[in-house]
Order: sequence, then structure tokens, then C-alpha cells
Amino acid sequence: MNAVLLAEVYVFVLAVFVGFEVISKVPVVLHTPLMSGTNAIHGIVMLGGVLVLATADRPLLVWLGFASVVLGAMNLFGGFVVTDRMLEMFKGKKAAGRKS
Amino acid sequence: MNDSLGPIAVLFPLAYLTSAALFIVGLKFLSHPARARQGNLLAALGMTFAGITTLTSLWVHGPDVIFHNHGLIVGGILLGGVLGTVGARRVAMTDMPQMVALLNGCGGGSAALISTVEFLHLGRSTAGADTMFGCIIGAISFSGSMVAFGKLQGLITERAITSGIQKVINALLFLGLLALVGMLAFAGGGAPAFLTLLGAALAFGVLMVIPIGGADMPVVISLLNSFTGLAVAATGFVLHNNALIISGTLVGASGTLLTMMMCKAMNRSIANVLFAGVGGGQKADAGAAAGAAGAGGPAKSVREISAEDAGVLLSNIQSLIVVPGYGMAVAQAQHVVREMADMLARHGVDVKYAVHPVAGRMPGHMNVLLAEANVPYDQLYDLEQINPEFERCDVALIIGANDVVNPAARYDKASPIYGMPILDADKAQHIIVIKRSMKPGFAGIDNELYYNPKTFMLFGDAKGAVQKLVEALKAAAA
Repeated sequence: MNAVLLAEVYVFVLAVFVGFEVISKVPVVLHTPLMSGTNAIHGIVMLGGVLVLATADRPLLVWLGFASVVLGAMNLFGGFVVTDRMLEMFKGKKAAGRKS
Repeated sequence: MNDSLGPIAVLFPLAYLTSAALFIVGLKFLSHPARARQGNLLAALGMTFAGITTLTSLWVHGPDVIFHNHGLIVGGILLGGVLGTVGARRVAMTDMPQMVALLNGCGGGSAALISTVEFLHLGRSTAGADTMFGCIIGAISFSGSMVAFGKLQGLITERAITSGIQKVINALLFLGLLALVGMLAFAGGGAPAFLTLLGAALAFGVLMVIPIGGADMPVVISLLNSFTGLAVAATGFVLHNNALIISGTLVGASGTLLTMMMCKAMNRSIANVLFAGVGGGQKADAGAAAGAAGAGGPAKSVREISAEDAGVLLSNIQSLIVVPGYGMAVAQAQHVVREMADMLARHGVDVKYAVHPVAGRMPGHMNVLLAEANVPYDQLYDLEQINPEFERCDVALIIGANDVVNPAARYDKASPIYGMPILDADKAQHIIVIKRSMKPGFAGIDNELYYNPKTFMLFGDAKGAVQKLVEALKAAAA
């Protein structure tokens, strides 16, 4: 196991623990937005698509890489916009609750 | 990234680290109602940092690397970005679950393609564990999410499709996947073997989700969401990019936890969701038969009520608990329901909404839908808060909900929803059920609540029926 891989495994294992800890107690109300929010965060896969497309040197690889960038960008942008739309209404609900 | 760049070589990893920190804080905020929106914005800010860093690295880099396709990269981001943003802006709140499924599928597909492109690019005969993992899990997530999308959108039957043959095919496919993995890891097989692996994983994703009923789709989407996270982490290993490893792993871990929480809210285990085929035809018949036996006789009759009579009944009560379900949401009845509730509240009726954890199609979905109609937050009650109230309440008004008020969940071990916590609507003095027809609900089983002597059935689509109720209330008040 080389040093780079070892460092990456460190990062991976620590991130598993952080991932579990960070959302310990989520009220049911927030399950849907949280699912959508985490969905947006893995939209970072778009950047992986960018990196493989940047090194693609054959037509097949270029088109597959292009497809991965488009799919990743849909995941990323769509994910954040949809989550914001949901959470925007939650804020409205609370405001409505306070008014009444 | 290399040493000849000097300070910039340090700057890029630091920028990724900032992104990762923002994702963690964002996730933390997302799990608290008051700060959830900021959480999402913080995560988006982190994503902006990571994006700028990656794009900059394509132009600012050492002399020993060559990058191509800059135009296609920018074009692809713009195309996907516009498609995603427009779709996300236009989608109706009721269609949120399938939207998340669709977006999640995109992410999974992207991860699978990245692993494939990287494998073909290197042109080796054997594949690393990370490359194969990213390809398999990403592909399963892609095709599984697309089936989930199809089921929720009504393109594929929502019924759980199960058969003995299908289980055998699944097992064979799984063994085939293992064999391919072994071959690619040790013997080598090059592009043909890797592309077969991709195809087999896609087929496995379809076969994994097809046998699962529509009611369980939220759990499946949540599980596939964490799958995509892990696939993204694997691509991070493939590309030696810590930002991808951290973000993917965060989502993989938190998504797994969220999936378990959702299962708990439905009182099911993940294994039960994935393999039991709840909502299949056979089980539905068994459930209905058990229900009939439980009711103590074959002759089951329902009492129908007209909107006018229901209006008279409602104008003479002190307390009302509304139990909204997905049927209310599809009929877009939330606004008129609120109008009715406001009207009753003005006449001094104590109005509460009982929100079941899995009302709607995803946990928390109903809260979003009611919020959209400006229903005040303090009128919403969750299961534990509202259940003791039903006994004291004059009328429980059930609008388009079914399985969440089915008393069979309490005692009927043969019922597929046995053990799921339900709203005790049957304990109210009177029950009015607004429903389109006697068709069974999401889980595909009959509901004995409709045959309860205290129950009145008001047939019609939720919006039309409640509108008539509002008119009847106005007439009764005049």
C-alpha cells in the first residue's frame, strides 16, 4: 500500500465517522430535504467527470466523459435548487406559525 | 497538481479542504429545522469552491500534464446545469420523490461512466477494486433510481413484481458479477470484460428495484442515494481526489443512517423492504382475506355520506383532526383543505392536522406539502402527539390517506403493514373518509376502517369533495 493510498484510506475512514455523527438526530420533518441535500452533495461527481473528460483522448472516451459531466451537472445543480425550494417553504411555514 | 507549481500546489488541496469543511457544517445545519436552508446554501458554497478549484486546475497546471476538451467541459456543465436547474424549478412539490430519484440516478450514472472512462483510458487488462466498485455501485444506483422514478411517475407498475424465477435470475446475476470482478482483478479481461461488468450491474439495479412496491420507494431512493455517495467516493480513489472521497463518503454514511431512520419510522428493516416484496398481488389477497375474517363475516358494508350532510355534521363539532394523505396532495387539495380548516377555526372549532411520519411519499413530504399551502406550523402534530387526542375528538377527517390509518397494522400479523405505527383515527367519535373509490392504497391492502360503524365515506376526488364541503359549511352557517 503506497503512501497516497494510505492517506486516502485515512480520509475515507474518518469521513465515514463524520458522516454518521453529523446527522445524529434528524426530525422526521427534515428527512425529505436531508435526502435531497445529501443527494446534491454527491453532485460533486461532476468534477470527477470534468477530470476524466480533460484527459480523454479518444472519441469514445470524450463522449462518455461528456455524458458523465452532463449527468453530474444535472445532479449537482438540480439537487441544490430542489433542496432550496423545499427548505424555502419550511421557513415560510415557521413564519406563518409565528404570526398566528 | 505537482511540485513545479509552487504555492498553487498547496492552494488547490486547501480549497478542497475548505469545501469539505463547508459540506460537513452544511450537513450539520441541514438536520436542524431552523438552519436547514443555510445548511444547503453552505454546501452549495462549498461546491462552488470545489468547482472553481477543479476548473482552475485545468488551465493552471504544470508542464508535464496535457488537458483537452476545455470547450466540451464548459459546455457539458452548462447543458447539465440548465437541464437540472430548469427541471428542479418546474417540478411540482408532489413529484419531489421521483425528482430526487432522477437526480440521484444522474449522479450514479456519472460515477459509473467516470470509472469506465478511466479504465478504458489506462488501457490495462486488470481493474483496481476502486474502479470496479465505482462502476458497479454507480450503475446499480443509476438503473435502480430510474426504475424507482418510473414506478413513482406511474410509467412502471407500482406493484411489487415478485416471482421465484426472478430470485434465481438475481442470484445468478450476482454470482456473474462476482465472477467478472474476480476475473478483472486477477486474470484480466480488458475492455470487453469491463463493459460486460457495467451491463450486468445495470441489469442488477433494475432487478433489485422491480420487486419492491411503490410504498417502499422512499427507502429505496434513500438507500440508492447513499450508494451513489459510495460510488462517488470510489471515483475519488480512482482519480486521487480527496474532495470526491470526502463528499462521497459523507453522503454514503449519512445516507445509510437516514435510510435506517426512515425504516424505523415505518417499523421495517432494510432487508424486509428489499426482499419481502410488500404490495405484491398474493400478499394483498392474503391481507384482504385476513381483514375479512377479522371483521367476522363476509358481508362488509360501508356507509356513504353526501357532502351536504358532512357539512352539517362538521358545523356542529368542537374539534376536528385532519389526516392528510398522498391522495390529498395529488388532487392539489391542500389549499382548499386549509380554507375549510380556517372556516371551522373561525367558528371556534379546534383544528389539528395529524401528520404520519410516512404521509405523502417520503418521510416529511406531507409537511412540505402543507407548508406550501401555508398551513400554520402549530397546527401540525406528529404521531405521538396526536394519537391520545383522537379519543377526545369529534371528527377525524381522512383525506386521501389509507394505510397510515389501517387498524390491521396493530394486530393482524398476516398484514404486510403489521407493526407499522398508525394514526388512531378509528378512536375518534366519528370518522369521515374522503376517497375516490374503494380501491386499496399504496400497500395494496384493504382497510377495515372503512367498514367501521362510526365511519362515513365521502366519495370523490379530494379537491372536489372538500370544495363541496366548504360550500355545505357556508350553507349550514347561513
